[in-house]
Amino acid sequence: MSEKPTEEIQHVAIRFTGDSGDGMQLTGMKFTESTALAGNDLSTLPDFPAEIRAPAGTLAGVSGFQIHFSSEKIRTPADYPDVLVSFNPAALKANIGDLRPGGMVIVNVDAFTRKALARAGYEADPLPELRDRYRLVEVPLTRLNREALKDLNLSARDTDRCKNFFALGMMFWLYHRGMESTERWLASKFKGDVLEANLRVLKAGYAFGETTELFPVSYIVPKAKIEPGHYRNITGNTALAWGIIGAAVQLRQPVFLAAYPITPASDILHEVSRYRHFGVKTFQAEDEIAAMCAAIGASFAGALAVCTTSGPGFVLKQEALGLAVIAELPVVVVDVQRAGPSTGMPTKTEQGDLLLALSGRNSDCPVPVLAAATPGDCFYTVIEAFQLAVKYMTPVVVLSDSYLASSSEPWLIPDVSQLRQEAVEFRTDPEGFQPFERNPDSLARPWAIPGTPNLEHRIGGLSKQEVTGNVDYDPQNNQRMNDLRHEKIERIAADLPPLEVMGPDQGDLLLVGWGGTHGAITSAAEDARSDGLPVSNIHLRHLNPFPSNLGEILVRFDKVLIPELNRGQLAQLIRARFLVDAKSLSKLEGQPFRVAEIRARIDSLLAGEN
Amino acid sequence: MAETTVTLTHKDFASDQDIRWCPGCGDYSILTNVQRVMPDLGVPRENFVFVSGIGCSSRFPYYMNTYGFHTIHGRAPAFATGIKCANPDLSVWIVTGDGDGLSIGGNHLLHTIRRNLDLQILLFNNRVYGLTKGQYSPTSRVGMTTKSTPDGSIDYPVDPIAFALGSGATFVARTVDVDAPHLQQILRRAYAHKGTSFIEILQNCPVYNDNEFIEVEDRKQRVNASLKLQDGEPLVFGPESDRKGIRIEDGVPSVVQLSNGQDPIEAGVAIHNERHDTPAYAFALASLTRPNFPVPVGVFRAVDKPSYETMLAAQVTHAIAHKGEGDLQALLESSETWIVEA
Ligand code: SF4
Repeated sequence: MSEKPTEEIQHVAIRFTGDSGDGMQLTGMKFTESTALAGNDLSTLPDFPAEIRAPAGTLAGVSGFQIHFSSEKIRTPADYPDVLVSFNPAALKANIGDLRPGGMVIVNVDAFTRKALARAGYEADPLPELRDRYRLVEVPLTRLNREALKDLNLSARDTDRCKNFFALGMMFWLYHRGMESTERWLASKFKGDVLEANLRVLKAGYAFGETTELFPVSYIVPKAKIEPGHYRNITGNTALAWGIIGAAVQLRQPVFLAAYPITPASDILHEVSRYRHFGVKTFQAEDEIAAMCAAIGASFAGALAVCTTSGPGFVLKQEALGLAVIAELPVVVVDVQRAGPSTGMPTKTEQGDLLLALSGRNSDCPVPVLAAATPGDCFYTVIEAFQLAVKYMTPVVVLSDSYLASSSEPWLIPDVSQLRQEAVEFRTDPEGFQPFERNPDSLARPWAIPGTPNLEHRIGGLSKQEVTGNVDYDPQNNQRMNDLRHEKIERIAADLPPLEVMGPDQGDLLLVGWGGTHGAITSAAEDARSDGLPVSNIHLRHLNPFPSNLGEILVRFDKVLIPELNRGQLAQLIRARFLVDAKSLSKLEGQPFRVAEIRARIDSLLAGEN
Repeated sequence: MAETTVTLTHKDFASDQDIRWCPGCGDYSILTNVQRVMPDLGVPRENFVFVSGIGCSSRFPYYMNTYGFHTIHGRAPAFATGIKCANPDLSVWIVTGDGDGLSIGGNHLLHTIRRNLDLQILLFNNRVYGLTKGQYSPTSRVGMTTKSTPDGSIDYPVDPIAFALGSGATFVARTVDVDAPHLQQILRRAYAHKGTSFIEILQNCPVYNDNEFIEVEDRKQRVNASLKLQDGEPLVFGPESDRKGIRIEDGVPSVVQLSNGQDPIEAGVAIHNERHDTPAYAFALASLTRPNFPVPVGVFRAVDKPSYETMLAAQVTHAIAHKGEGDLQALLESSETWIVEA
């Protein structure tokens, strides 16, 4: 045990930064795991370089991982880190601007060579100047790591690759985290000298923290008071993949997932592909279009079909999605949005595809659209999407985003037996069968799959006669079929829970959010309320149809503010649909909102600015 | 499984929809022959699925009293892939054309053939766009004048057989719309083949490209202008009085005149073999075109390879056998978890 004094703090945000080869993501994830086990509430945000192989030591190659943890409930990875760990000058240069004034900077001082400084674009050593403004901790990380491993038979390169675990050990000591989960992970991943080396530097780092005078105190962040239960840490993409498998279990029908590799959605394909023992079939198609078409084909044949993609791929799927609308087949399309337009910034986040999801197809072509609010919520959102798809015989779009995909939070593991179980029902009775007869409540047509005797029928993209589904170009029939498809989607609203207003039920200012900005918007609103400001907020999980009480909530407030990571797409819809003068707070930097950015707009609106 | 124990006839495969092809279109003959073959294949009617894209030929599923899906332009192979993967018991037939399959849908055709799903692809080649009223297609001859090429087409055509061979097809055949017995025989062979069966059907479009294949359709002309491929038989064509054969040396084909009664094998005429390990021989056959050579009809290549959907299903079975049926609760609780006490 440390003899040094300890200090109790409520929360802290740490950002690990280094070259993309330095293992910052892994370091961050292992620190996160241990933090979760320590019982804190937490939220993480990885920040990957856009280039796969940016030159080492350059700003373009910097990779970062931020973790915010607390003894209280938290919803965001924090606007600014309190602690910055930088493995090289480029990482320092790219991140120092974000550090909270007076925060702690831990650098690998061995990496601050003249050559490395030049590569990062520093003309002079920045460290002396930092000493005045921050608590600078200069650790000779490379040397300490080599020293710890000198008697092992490892190459210089392999030795240096261990130094992130030295730093991790040191940070474990600084924040009183346990090392066991990391040790277990190492033992499952490596063997021989590599295992020995990593375990040794992890412990050496911890011991270094304990003895060095560089750290006079260590910090305790007490356990958070969170809802009792069984928890794990989860990212949005993992939750989404598990939700897809969960849907198969709940609807008791095998899943067929078709996808074409695309950042940041590929991990869902990878994850689902590992679980063939759930009866899941995955198909890596030749392109985005083929993936969509194969999924629709599988749906026609009775599978729970899903496509996972990101914006540029989602665009390519629209024509086929239109066919699924007119053929009235259930299929789920997941769009993990990324910053655009065009190829844009593939690893960065945005909410730019809302209008595309709602109306990116030729003609009037309605589909339900759902958006996940948090990483863990991706699990429930995709399951709900499948339930709606099969109940209403319609394609359903799920919007996630790059931030949700890779950030993580503690997640209360659901009791699977408590989730709604509902086996899919196929039509088998030939008596009076018509391919486009409708359920009087949901307006869904029957799902009659090939292989069922005496239900042989043809479907396609041509205009269909009501009830029979035969090709039909009658003008009135076309109007009726359009009306029916529209009405069918509108009826979903009756299934949706009413929106709940957080904060006062009516008053001065209502914040409206959707998707992955949930954490930042809710935090900003809570923050304002705790300062006594009259601010309420609602979160939209359903973007089409809207929950039925949305309109009546909107009119109860003098002002409405809609923060979005796009140029105001939801704001445009709300203005058009409900004729309220909603204000848009827009951000297109590829980064999530900072709570302070939203808070500043709240303050300015309440101060009477427009 | 099948509740239908009565023997079906071709009439049971005709839907109640009015057929909307132009009078004299080669598609009629193809439809009739497909309907005639269906009852003999030993497949319950409910297990047939016809999938098409967009174009004249793609109306085909509407006229078949089976399950059918008229999809979007060029993508039928991708839809069919999903159908077959989801339910490998179905007998899946893709109907496409030269524009649908080789222009907008070339990519999907390539990849579906390459994966060797056990399905049939019928490509109706009329060397023109019919539904959009007469533009040149990717199989049209250089120089063809159409509305979009008033000065003659300057596009070099793609050969469907060579395309399929290049994509790694395990079964490649060519037949002719009006040659009923041959068409039926090829359809049966295609169904029997386990893997992707690609059939190019030379099809007359009397409205926009009449008589494009008259030499192989007309009974008199085809004796000289076409070469019937028969496994194990020499590549011989022409009337008894004027027999010729095809010799292939270093991959290069040439025509040899056979004298009366001459043994073609002694004259160096190649013997047809559908099962060569490499597709080189089949490519040489695919290069035989008018006017210097007869047009080969029949099976160019038929080799065995496991099909995609059986390997996919086997991976699922294998995973279940080794890991047990998936347990969702266990998955959600896998790796590091913790309990927060009340
Ligand atoms: S346009 Fe040609 S191919 Fe199309 S239906 Fe008419 S004849 Fe047949």
